[in-house]
Amino acid sequence: MSLLEVSHVSRAFGGLRAVQEVSLQVPAGSLTALIGPNGAGKTTLFALMSGFLVPDTGRVTFDGVDITGRAPHLNAALGLTRTFQIVQPFASQTVRENIAVGAHLQHGKRSDALHAAEAVAERVGLYAQLDKPAGDLTVAGRKRLELARALATQPKLLLLDEVLAGLNPQEIQDMLPVVRGLVAGGVTVLMIEHVMQAVMNLAEHVWVLAQGQLIAQGAPNEVTQNPQVIEAYLGHGTAARLRKTQQGAV
Amino acid sequence: MKDVRAIAVFVLLVGSIPFVTDSGVVLNFVMMALYACLLAQAWNVLGGFGGQFSFGHALFFGTGAYVQVMAQVHGAWNPWLSLALAMGASAAVGLFVGALSFRYGLKGSYFALVTLAFAEVFRIVALSVPFTGAGVGLMLPLRESVGNMQFASRAGYVWLILGLVTVALCVTAWLRHSRFGAYLQAVRDNEDAARAIGVNPFLVKLWATVLSGALMGAGGAFYVQVFQYIDPGLAFGPHTSVEALVGAIVGGMGTLWGPVVGALALHVLADVTRNLFGQLPGINMVVYGCVLVLIVMFLPRGVGGIGQRWFKRQDSASQTKEGA
Repeated sequence: MSLLEVSHVSRAFGGLRAVQEVSLQVPAGSLTALIGPNGAGKTTLFALMSGFLVPDTGRVTFDGVDITGRAPHLNAALGLTRTFQIVQPFASQTVRENIAVGAHLQHGKRSDALHAAEAVAERVGLYAQLDKPAGDLTVAGRKRLELARALATQPKLLLLDEVLAGLNPQEIQDMLPVVRGLVAGGVTVLMIEHVMQAVMNLAEHVWVLAQGQLIAQGAPNEVTQNPQVIEAYLGHGTAARLRKTQQGAV
Repeated sequence: MKDVRAIAVFVLLVGSIPFVTDSGVVLNFVMMALYACLLAQAWNVLGGFGGQFSFGHALFFGTGAYVQVMAQVHGAWNPWLSLALAMGASAAVGLFVGALSFRYGLKGSYFALVTLAFAEVFRIVALSVPFTGAGVGLMLPLRESVGNMQFASRAGYVWLILGLVTVALCVTAWLRHSRFGAYLQAVRDNEDAARAIGVNPFLVKLWATVLSGALMGAGGAFYVQVFQYIDPGLAFGPHTSVEALVGAIVGGMGTLWGPVVGALALHVLADVTRNLFGQLPGINMVVYGCVLVLIVMFLPRGVGGIGQRWFKRQDSASQTKEGA
């Protein structure tokens, strides 16, 4: 059974139909990616799943429970946590305190939460920076913190919104094993990602969103061959042109 | 643990002042400084830890003050009991105003305006209804005895207000070391991020308002016990709101000792200006305004922030020395 099931979800902002009739499933234990060009509605879809936005129509089911439009903090308690594309640290607090806020979902006692925060920091490679103010971290560090804080809630499903954006190639290489480690640790992951190298490398299944609609799905290498996907990214007629030049070269 | 020890030392030191001196001037100064500490600390719970800047904390102060007098005058309550009632009433007002503002997602200056407006509404109501004595105000009959919370010497008041400040300090220390406090600071720093990891911002802010209101109400109750008189302007006027927030901002928001330091510093300053420009009423508000502007511009973390930074530098300096 799917851990997360989205069926026929739509949301419009005035005349802009940001997400239209989207249905997708995320099986438990999988690492799935959601890709699409800028403005496709990926982050909006995340917001609809996690409860930051309420869908106009459609249903979201998580772990057998209908969570359509349910408040984010309730979803977090159920085991569905998201991160933000634009990192949102509690800047005045240390890394340890930041992660502890997430850990408090499972631990009522302050000392337990701080202790749990250390373990999570070790998992994402932030151990050395535990006592730094979160505002002093590099972009890569903040992305890790964003991940750590969400992970500290001990989620069943983690929605990662572009955790690799803004990182340099080396930092991406360092981050890949961390994300893979999440799945190995029993967390189901659905990630929005633009870095295709990472998507090809990590994801078992890819959903492609363009202009608010799902246009393709499948294994990563299938999807990247799909003419509709190529056109969504590179413009109308590109797929045919590419095929012609490739044939010409042969 | 360190916080508890520091609070204990503070209480012992300040509590022993009446044994050292019986000078009315000194004791009066200590009492008023502690009273300012209580207001600043109360504001700090919601403004400093919760990031919800209230400009109308007089709302809770006045509610506490009026309930304290009315319970004794109209209801013949014992003042110690009515202190609890006053704090409860202020907490209830906090619950009402908080629920209303946070239900509709008011933040920042909008929240500040709503609290300001509520304080004004309460002032006008207190001016018009008979049971608050309208514009004349209410007098608390003089009946000196410990049971009546009216003390023959200032020492009794010093210990009373010290007790209330201790409660406020303990609440603040608890905020620093508890889940609720962590959630409150998370909501202050980033509400959306907090929501994503399981924090209900509405409830967290609401309880902070209730706590803050109760402490501020205790301040109001103390005020009438000392001065035995309250009128709508004193209770709900902007003076008290400003005193509470300036004390916390000057000292350092969201810290344990900042509001104490800030309230003390302001009190010294106010006394000095009163001595220099005694003939100008309200001159201390002018000085408060100037200090506030300077602090916000040059010391956004407050006077307490200087000490903190100095300690940190010492810390890291000694660490590098050990490392080398």
